[in-house]
Amino acid sequence: MIKKLGKKLPTIVMIGPTFFWLILFVLIPLCYVIGISFLTKNAYGGVDGILSLQSYKDLFQSEYLKIFTGSLWLSLQTTILCLIIGYPFAYLIAKAPANRKKYMVLMIMLPFWINSIIRIYGWNTLLRTEGVINHLLIALGIISKPLEMLYTDGAVLLGMVYDLLPFTILPLYTSIEKIDTSLLEAARDLGATKRSTFMKIILPLTMPGIFAGSIQTFIPSLGLFYISEMMGGGKTMYIGNLIKNQFLSARNWPLGAALSIILIIITLILMKLYTRVGSLEDMA
Amino acid sequence: MAKMQDKVMIRLRDVDKCYGTNKVVKSLNLDIREGEFLTLLGPSGCGKTTTLRMIAGFEEVTEGQIFLEGENVEDKKPNQRDVNTVFQNYALFPHMNVEDNIAFGLVEKKVKKPEIKRRVGEMLKMVQLEGMEKRLPAQMSGGQKQRVAIARALINRPKVLLLDEPLGALDLKLRKQMQFELKHLQKKLGITFIYVTHDQEEALTMSDRIAVMNQGILEQIGAPEEIYNRPATKFVADFIGETNIFEAYVEEVMDGRIGISLEAGTAAVKAAGFHKEEMVYICVRPENLKISAEPVIDFNIRGKVKEHVFIGSVNKTIVELVNGQELKITTQPDVELLSMGSEVNLFWNEGKGILLHTKEEQIYNLIENTVKIEGGGDD
Ligand SMILES: Nc1ncnc2c1ncn2[C@@H]1O[C@H](COP(=O)(O)OP(=O)(O)OP(=O)(O)O)[C@@H](O)[C@H]1O
Ligand SMILES: [Mg+2]
Repeated sequence: MIKKLGKKLPTIVMIGPTFFWLILFVLIPLCYVIGISFLTKNAYGGVDGILSLQSYKDLFQSEYLKIFTGSLWLSLQTTILCLIIGYPFAYLIAKAPANRKKYMVLMIMLPFWINSIIRIYGWNTLLRTEGVINHLLIALGIISKPLEMLYTDGAVLLGMVYDLLPFTILPLYTSIEKIDTSLLEAARDLGATKRSTFMKIILPLTMPGIFAGSIQTFIPSLGLFYISEMMGGGKTMYIGNLIKNQFLSARNWPLGAALSIILIIITLILMKLYTRVGSLEDMA
Repeated sequence: MAKMQDKVMIRLRDVDKCYGTNKVVKSLNLDIREGEFLTLLGPSGCGKTTTLRMIAGFEEVTEGQIFLEGENVEDKKPNQRDVNTVFQNYALFPHMNVEDNIAFGLVEKKVKKPEIKRRVGEMLKMVQLEGMEKRLPAQMSGGQKQRVAIARALINRPKVLLLDEPLGALDLKLRKQMQFELKHLQKKLGITFIYVTHDQEEALTMSDRIAVMNQGILEQIGAPEEIYNRPATKFVADFIGETNIFEAYVEEVMDGRIGISLEAGTAAVKAAGFHKEEMVYICVRPENLKISAEPVIDFNIRGKVKEHVFIGSVNKTIVELVNGQELKITTQPDVELLSMGSEVNLFWNEGKGILLHTKEEQIYNLIENTVKIEGGGDD
């Protein structure tokens, strides 16, 4: 008995705290959210202990569905733009000489250490009517009236792409770097043009990276709420704002909880797909 | 062996290659004839791969020119050169099956589908991989991958095939078999092969001619027998096969003979082109070096039998000279061995000792060789 415990003790000591942490801060809150989503709200902004499916039924109201599809569409646009912008970046880094590569990766990581709300606020000062860009353009005589750049859907998209670009670049970079240069030389040697080498060799071989980058961009983009508020002025609602509002202003906790559950389910499905592709890649 | 009047397929003229300040190929002059199996042989880092990559177009030449069938290829990209490469690590496209890998070059050239199919079939048959069309590279053995790589290059019917240590990753037995197959294929197709290896045995068995390189310099080019029997420099003598090298001083020059003195004795040998008081190297292969208990005419080099080793087909005897230098001598098993520790006289038969000028003279020799090659290539 004691012997057995002695054998297991190191394992318990090692993973015990992590386990405890996960239970305390992930599992319990999750159960709490699931629980709340099946209760009813009361008139004072709190929750009554009456079981109901009302909040899930509410999800199918057309305005919420519209917000859902709008969010998915914004996330999709963000992801595609991040891929288009991120790929050349990732390629340049992957092909840079080893000593420069380090610094380039560091540059991509750098923004992670500054709170992203502050960084988005920076964009806000750049874009607003009284902002830096408008001042500059007027001073240069290019425009006479300030442009309406902030608080548009375009500004929201810009903020999203800006915020999430590193999440796309890093997996792309990893998969581009893995390609053996002799494969590219072989393609050229066999008569392929640069374009055709890219289409037939580089692109297919970096598919896992493209997929990983997409998912790592798409998932966080669904939940971001402060960007649409700070860059879009909250004119258009997205899932993130909707959830936040249900908890903080509309005080309909069960609906907020139900929305969160849906978001979590979408995320889980995407994660599952992601790990499937990951294991396929390992097999090759 | 290719004859002198054959057409020159590839010509390298005073080719230099520098990486930064590091010159890795130094004024290389080389003519490779049509249909020839030419091997670049040399120790690691001597510039073989670099030379091959310059011919393929992956590296630019720093100085000098490369001609393919008389045409300067300076401005041609790798995909515009009628040259294909078999890479050391095969470089098969991992996401394409065997068929698509082999067809790649033809698809890029926009050859019609039925024609591609026919030629892929032909290639598969040639490299004996029929029935493996749909396999992915990851599902094949090293030898099979190698065959795919060869088929993928040859399907384009290149004028020249470049092979960079193509058998390096295979085990000895498969290596021998592939050596044979490759040579056979080259003869059958009549395509010029430029083959890189640092395995001298491979070079000797497969090549029409061997170009021996050392530190970016072409030391000697010639048929395998020539390289083996008449090395032009000390490096070649030392690098190809086993050899005993003595340093000696020319004491006197008589008609057709010279008298030399070594640290361990003296000898009088047949030689021309040497002058009095110069330093020379004498290279004698272990199978050509002889020992005798009796005094030998013309030779007075003495040593002591130190060790006998039986190495399968021959006996190897180590003899220590009075100055401490150790010599290797191989004899057939039926030759009686002299007892260990006995005093012996060393000698070699006429023509079996190769005399070479020392450093400064070698350069003179090299220039002479280059001129000869140029003369031969120009007809
Ligand atoms: N891209 C490069 N940058 C700088 N130096 C290089 C580069 N490629 C090769 N070299 C140097 O050039 C020299 C010749 O290299 P090369 O690859 O041609 O040798 P090799 O004869 O093929 O040797 P091995 O038998 O080991 O393959 C080496 O000293 C190598 O370090
Ligand atoms: Mg090499």
